[in-house]
Amino acid sequence: MEKRAVFGNRALPYALLAPQIAITLIFFYWPAAQAVRQSFLVEDAFGLSTEFVWFENYIHLFTDPGYYRTLWTTVVFSTAVTVMSLSVALLLAVMADREIKGATGYRTLLIWPYAVAPAVAGVLWIFMLDPSLGIIAQGLRRLGIDWNPRLNGTHAMIQVVLASSWKQISYNFLFFLAGLQAIPKSVIEAAAIDGARPWRRFWTIILPLLSPTTFFLVVVNIVYAFFETFGTIDAMTGGGPAKATETLVYKVYADGRLGGDLGGSAAQSVILMAIVIGLTAIQFRFIERKVTY
Amino acid sequence: MASVTLTDVRKVYHGGVEAVRGVSFEVADGSFCVLVGPSGCGKSTLLRMIAGLETISGGTVRIGERVVNAIEPADRDIAMVFQNYALYPHMSVYDNMAYGLRNRGTPKAEIDARVREAARILDVEPYLDRRPKALSGGQRQRVAMGRAIVRKPQVFLFDEPLSNLDAKLRVQMRVEIKRLQRSLGVTSIYVTHDQVEAMTLSDQLVVMNAGQVEQIGTPTELYRRPATRFVAGFLGSPAMNFIPAVLRDDGAVSVGERRVAVSAGAGGGRAGLPVELGIRPEDLRVAASAPGTLPLEIEFVEELGATQLIHGRIDGVAATVQVATGAAPTEGTLALAVEPAATHLFEPESGRRL
Repeated sequence: MEKRAVFGNRALPYALLAPQIAITLIFFYWPAAQAVRQSFLVEDAFGLSTEFVWFENYIHLFTDPGYYRTLWTTVVFSTAVTVMSLSVALLLAVMADREIKGATGYRTLLIWPYAVAPAVAGVLWIFMLDPSLGIIAQGLRRLGIDWNPRLNGTHAMIQVVLASSWKQISYNFLFFLAGLQAIPKSVIEAAAIDGARPWRRFWTIILPLLSPTTFFLVVVNIVYAFFETFGTIDAMTGGGPAKATETLVYKVYADGRLGGDLGGSAAQSVILMAIVIGLTAIQFRFIERKVTY
Repeated sequence: MASVTLTDVRKVYHGGVEAVRGVSFEVADGSFCVLVGPSGCGKSTLLRMIAGLETISGGTVRIGERVVNAIEPADRDIAMVFQNYALYPHMSVYDNMAYGLRNRGTPKAEIDARVREAARILDVEPYLDRRPKALSGGQRQRVAMGRAIVRKPQVFLFDEPLSNLDAKLRVQMRVEIKRLQRSLGVTSIYVTHDQVEAMTLSDQLVVMNAGQVEQIGTPTELYRRPATRFVAGFLGSPAMNFIPAVLRDDGAVSVGERRVAVSAGAGGGRAGLPVELGIRPEDLRVAASAPGTLPLEIEFVEELGATQLIHGRIDGVAATVQVATGAAPTEGTLALAVEPAATHLFEPESGRRL
């Protein structure tokens, strides 16, 4: 079989590629180039004058302790979201993988949260965790915990981690379930006969065989936590209190849109872009090599 | 080592489907028992119940003196070889074999000794560090066997272990399994749908059909004296011929207008009863046309080298005869003589032997 398509007309392949290339150029490369250009400029607060300052915006960023604090917040947030959404999803997938009555309905219900918009997810959780209205907050108070995410940075962080993880669990669940179903049943049975109890089977057989799925999901979830949780954070805490839940992406928005520092904000965007490129490269490299076996 | 005893074992699935309908037999200590039958006859389900991978709906399974119905697979002291080998893909051959021993907390030195011994017996020593993916089908099969033998279990269970191999390798592995079982002396239960495998491997053969045991015995017994028409048709290749006949009162049957003498004692005072006359293709002899011979209108011939299979029709019923190559004409009509001692009579309704 000839795998390469052969076109009679030389212009045809270019014409077929043109829409995709146009979209990529207009919606990705152009704004990216704009961001890079902007990151070398400083604009005054009223947008009347613009000055080319080379790397000053970057130097400013890297000497700003506030930026490192946000970076640390992002790392904590991403790690918490990734660990939580992966572990809960894996637990649910292992449960759903067993032959139980109504498994199909159960699985469908687990997929629903993925269809909820980030801001809506944020609002849902706000209602549950609101210190004065929320049912969870009331329960916590009864347990003697003074739950107040409006004033307590840790509480606010827990709140955004919960909401963000909850949204991602569905996605991870789907992949884990597919991964589990791809493990031959006889391998698990062989392990059972080989004297491995369920817990040991999970650690020595199931988890290693899931490792390609897990690795893929770790990268996807880090990217999600970095870049796609903006809506949730904005709706729930707006980055507060006292920037306790301000992630790198949120800071781009806060500094640029609210703070009016377009140059600094653009420089942050460029750094984020580099992070995404790095993560994607890692993912491609390892996925192609197939982790573990 | 231990015997395995099944008493009225049943399997009923949700929704009332009965896969196994009251099976009882005993596998003597150290013997090789083969469960054979067409697909869907319940033989694999039965094996999986012995292994503990399926719950037992009724009856009891004993390994040695112990009833194992409620015992986990891990605690039944059995080892199983699966059709698709079920090797752990992320572990080396060595770790695959060592896994069961490690789970049981066997000392490291002993694990090493046992794994190396098994690898030596099975001829997989050069591959101990490889992953299963890097092995051929036959090598994977050996590793799967190795995983079973390192544990030194009381019972080996085989679930169609050779069906993923090509024909030549299958014959070779069949011989090796038999040799291994003989030398280790471990009680073995082997499931297959291949009657040649069943005949060659077994000390005790259990033929199953539709969730029930049709007959139990040595391969020779079952081949010589099949208790039902099903067993008669299932064992032996080429399959037995079945010709409609009517019982007479003089130790013979009528096939059409012809009187054919049958084995003594068959029938007995039930003249006029319609029966099926079973004769194996190798038990028919080409003879001169005479009263009592059966005429075979030849349709085609299959060459097997030393012998030929001549296919044709006797009174319109498909039949086959096996003859030495060149010993008979290959077209026209053959007269076939029937050795009375080699005949089998079955009731058409129940399929029972008369």
